[in-house]
Amino acid sequence: MSWVSRPLNSSIGCKVIMSVTGLLLVGFLLAHLSGNLLVFAGEEAINLYAKTLRDYLPILWLLRIGLIVMAVLHIFSGVKLTRMNSKAKPVKYKVKQSVKASFASRYMGLTGLVVLAFIAYHLAHLTFRFTHPAFQSLGDYDVYKMLMLSFSNPVLAIGYCICVILLMVHLSHGVSSLFQTLGINHKKYNGLIRSIGPALSTLLAIGYLSIPLSILLGFIK
Amino acid sequence: MKLALHIWRQKDSNSEGKFESYQLDQVSPDMSFLEMLDILNEKLISEDKEPVAFDHDCREGICGTCSMVINGVAHGPQGGTTTCQLHMQSFKDGDDIYIEPWRATAFPIVKDLVTDRSAFDRVIQAGGYVSVSTGGVPDANATPVPKPIADLAMDAATCIGCGACVAACKNSSAMLFVGAKVSQLSLLPQGQVEKGRRVIKMVSQMDSEGFGNCTNTFECEAVCPKEISVSNIARLNREYIAATLASDEES
Amino acid sequence: MKLDANIPTGPLEQKWTRHKFEMKLVSPANKRKYKVIVVGSGLAGAAGAASLAELGYQVECFCYQDSPRRAHSIAAQGGINASKNYPSDGDSVFRLFYDTIKGGDFRSREANVYRLAEVSGNIIDQAVAQGVPFARDYGGLLDNRSFGGAQVSRTFYARGQTGQQLLLGAYSALSRQIGLGTVKMHTRSEMLDLVLIDGAAKGIIVRNMVTGKITRHYADAVVLGTGGYGNTFFLSTNATGCNVTATYRAYKRGAGFANPCYTQIHPTCIPVSGDHQSKLTLMSESLRNDGRVWVPLKKGDKRRPGEIPDSERDYYLERKYPSFGNLAPRDIASRSAKEACDDGRGVGETGLGVYLDFADAIKRLGKKAVSERYGNLFHMYHKITDENPYEVPMRIYPAVHYTMGGLWVDYNLQSNIPGLHVIGEANFSDHGANRLGASALMQGLADGYFVLPYTIANYLASIKAGEVNPEHKAFEETENKVKERVTKLLNINGKKSPAQFHKELGHIMWDKCGMARNKAGLEEALKKIPELREEFWQNVKVTGSGEQFNQQLERAGRVADFLEFGELMCRDALVREESCGGHFREEHQTEEGEAKRNDEDYAHAAVWEYQGESSDPKRHEEQLIFENVKLATRSYK
Repeated sequence: MSWVSRPLNSSIGCKVIMSVTGLLLVGFLLAHLSGNLLVFAGEEAINLYAKTLRDYLPILWLLRIGLIVMAVLHIFSGVKLTRMNSKAKPVKYKVKQSVKASFASRYMGLTGLVVLAFIAYHLAHLTFRFTHPAFQSLGDYDVYKMLMLSFSNPVLAIGYCICVILLMVHLSHGVSSLFQTLGINHKKYNGLIRSIGPALSTLLAIGYLSIPLSILLGFIK
Repeated sequence: MKLALHIWRQKDSNSEGKFESYQLDQVSPDMSFLEMLDILNEKLISEDKEPVAFDHDCREGICGTCSMVINGVAHGPQGGTTTCQLHMQSFKDGDDIYIEPWRATAFPIVKDLVTDRSAFDRVIQAGGYVSVSTGGVPDANATPVPKPIADLAMDAATCIGCGACVAACKNSSAMLFVGAKVSQLSLLPQGQVEKGRRVIKMVSQMDSEGFGNCTNTFECEAVCPKEISVSNIARLNREYIAATLASDEES
Repeated sequence: MKLDANIPTGPLEQKWTRHKFEMKLVSPANKRKYKVIVVGSGLAGAAGAASLAELGYQVECFCYQDSPRRAHSIAAQGGINASKNYPSDGDSVFRLFYDTIKGGDFRSREANVYRLAEVSGNIIDQAVAQGVPFARDYGGLLDNRSFGGAQVSRTFYARGQTGQQLLLGAYSALSRQIGLGTVKMHTRSEMLDLVLIDGAAKGIIVRNMVTGKITRHYADAVVLGTGGYGNTFFLSTNATGCNVTATYRAYKRGAGFANPCYTQIHPTCIPVSGDHQSKLTLMSESLRNDGRVWVPLKKGDKRRPGEIPDSERDYYLERKYPSFGNLAPRDIASRSAKEACDDGRGVGETGLGVYLDFADAIKRLGKKAVSERYGNLFHMYHKITDENPYEVPMRIYPAVHYTMGGLWVDYNLQSNIPGLHVIGEANFSDHGANRLGASALMQGLADGYFVLPYTIANYLASIKAGEVNPEHKAFEETENKVKERVTKLLNINGKKSPAQFHKELGHIMWDKCGMARNKAGLEEALKKIPELREEFWQNVKVTGSGEQFNQQLERAGRVADFLEFGELMCRDALVREESCGGHFREEHQTEEGEAKRNDEDYAHAAVWEYQGESSDPKRHEEQLIFENVKLATRSYK
């Protein structure tokens, strides 16, 4: 299987894994958001959505496993590439000016780590419900109440918002970047490709931030 | 004008280095950056101190020998310029200037500002050529090449191999250098015969030289004295993916 | 000294073909037993080393740069000539041959030049096959442009970076062989002496510029492709590292040095801006295709160029040479610029400059077309001078560029020392007293790809392979000499840096042996240079030690050789009582100020033989026999 392992171990191979898994994870973010936005349709709608998901448990698990594999691969190759990179430039410049590199592109590792921590907390918070013992007493599908309880707490709401913003910073570079890594580049479309990342992450940010902010500010009661 | 220079001094590859500061007066704005360093060196020699070692040769921006990070930017503040063509007009009286060598594991320091860039040569030796020997080639006009393709190949071929891309990249990635050569040769019909084999060999050599990988910050393009486009990196990726998928290795 | 040019017999057109058949061959199985050292990795060296390795010889290649890709051939801008006649404008092998002989002012060897013209087309084929991206037109075929000294368009180009592209082509061929293990490459290695055993070249002594280690390298033949000696003038368009050391040390070991006074002053360089200047920057001659050269009619006219009306401008090249106009050959264009400036009509702050004006071209072709042709050159000019050539005319002035003289070689590119071959700018053979634009690339590559690989076999077949070993006493002696000299340089510990001496020598050379020379001046230089040399050996200061990376030591060694070589140049210029090509003796000019050749007494190559430190070198002559062209006064009017 050397024809599989060798390219995947090469720097470009690793980057291809990074970009393909990243792309699929962005797909998840879109799907996840479309579900979440049901909160604006009212308690029943979102709880029905949660219930429906669980009604098809095998499919849900299939998706979950896929998601986990994607995330693990994404993290694994990210760590591998980062280690390669820090080995490639062990001594930094005393004075360093970036001419062109965006903030997002320079701190992908850092924003990635924050996102990882956020996901861990997010799962513990809303999926496994470790952090809020009070949730344990709620019914399985009462997503609506969980959201209301959580985001009316300003600390949680603002913390969530900050993490979402960092995730979007990560995406604003990552999404445009994956086109470059997969070799999708054409003079005519480069402007479009380079704005996809920032545009998509802005849209996702608006969607994801609208929920906690609406709850915190009392638009949803 | 008067300048305060802070220059990385390092005796040889095994020694520790450090910054040393020098005051230089009467610098003319007409001087090139290297001529300014010539003057500093003459001054150091007259003071019985060891002059600063730096690489330079053609001093007209084409050989790719000169290599310094000036105030945090490879080849200094003026875009599309090698250090030797940077003139002191770009600085003003009283400036502090930090001068550092290229920093990358693949480019070990030889002395002061001089680094060893032979890793680039080895990447080319691994496959950066068309395997034709002298003689026995077809007439030059036997294969027409569309002008836009020839122009694109030429854009990539202008690379001078100075290593500024590696120096500026936070990961010391050599993808712009490798991408430029792979692009030049894979665009032209003459290079297409062995393009798959070439890209696989060059990337594998690039990885084993200890260069990092590309995280698409595009700093390389910004400092490249020949303004080589990162679209060459995309082409490298594309060629590599295609070559890998299509290679005729057996499982 | 025996100077047999070994020119094959027979008609000119058949000499090379016949010679290729008559020369001895080395059988494929035997080739790997022979080892060849190639010093220099420019167009000639890299092409030669790669081609020899492809044939199966063991090759070791040396260069002083950190990579073979950086040799100064890379800086050639304009193009490469070849008699392909693609534009169907009347070119032929014979015309390229004739133009080159005439351009060289009838001071080159017919047979060599004809061969050069003959193989020129192969070079283009070879380069294209290597992936050199020459300029093309929309039909996908190669584009040509015209160049100085020719009335046909035979110059192939890759924007303003033809030298770079051709060198990278040769470098890629060389790299392929290095990767295959057939060439052993030594970078940052400087040849400091040639080793002779029983009168034949068998090796070199090299200093590793990183560690300072001095080592012996032996081979069955040595090839020098070490470029020209333009840096004797300190300021030139050469790279700062270019030097005469390899060829000069070979000369001191007995190789004849031919025509050292033939230096080419390139007419279009950026003028000197001040005393700090370390080198001069060339603006490609191709600019003269569309740029018009002029100075104000009035002396001391200090108006800005735009304020001077056309009627008060002197387009002196168009006026003096109507049929070639701005495309007059380099020596003529340079001298005319000097005349205008000497006349007080020079422009710019120093008065040492003339205008190269693109206003008409921009009007005629549009800014975009001009930028497509010359964009990178305009960009470079703008960066260096801070003036925008799209708006104000460029200021240019002649500068030392190329040296036609070099080690004497026969038709086989072998010097008078058996086994020592010399290729590219380092030899003297093809350009006579003046080189035409776009011919240097042609000659370097012709020598490396298409001549040396054949002719060296003829020599190798005549000797037994691998007879030498580095323990031979000749190696020991030569190595000790090199070491002594390094120690000597380090121990003088005087007050002046090597660069200062170099600059002083440059001043003398430029004043007395530059664009125009005269007896009194040359005699003065011949007095001053030995004095400066004496001072050098007493007062030079070389910091650091020999066992380290030491750029001062490298420089000192090179300057020491320039200080001897400069004298040889002046000596040669003094004896050559005529004006020809790049060698202009003020005593020998027509009433109109044109060069006056003396074919009666000087239709020969002057070859100098070293006679030891205490005696003057001996001058030999190789008569140049012209059977196929008529010696004529060169006219571009």
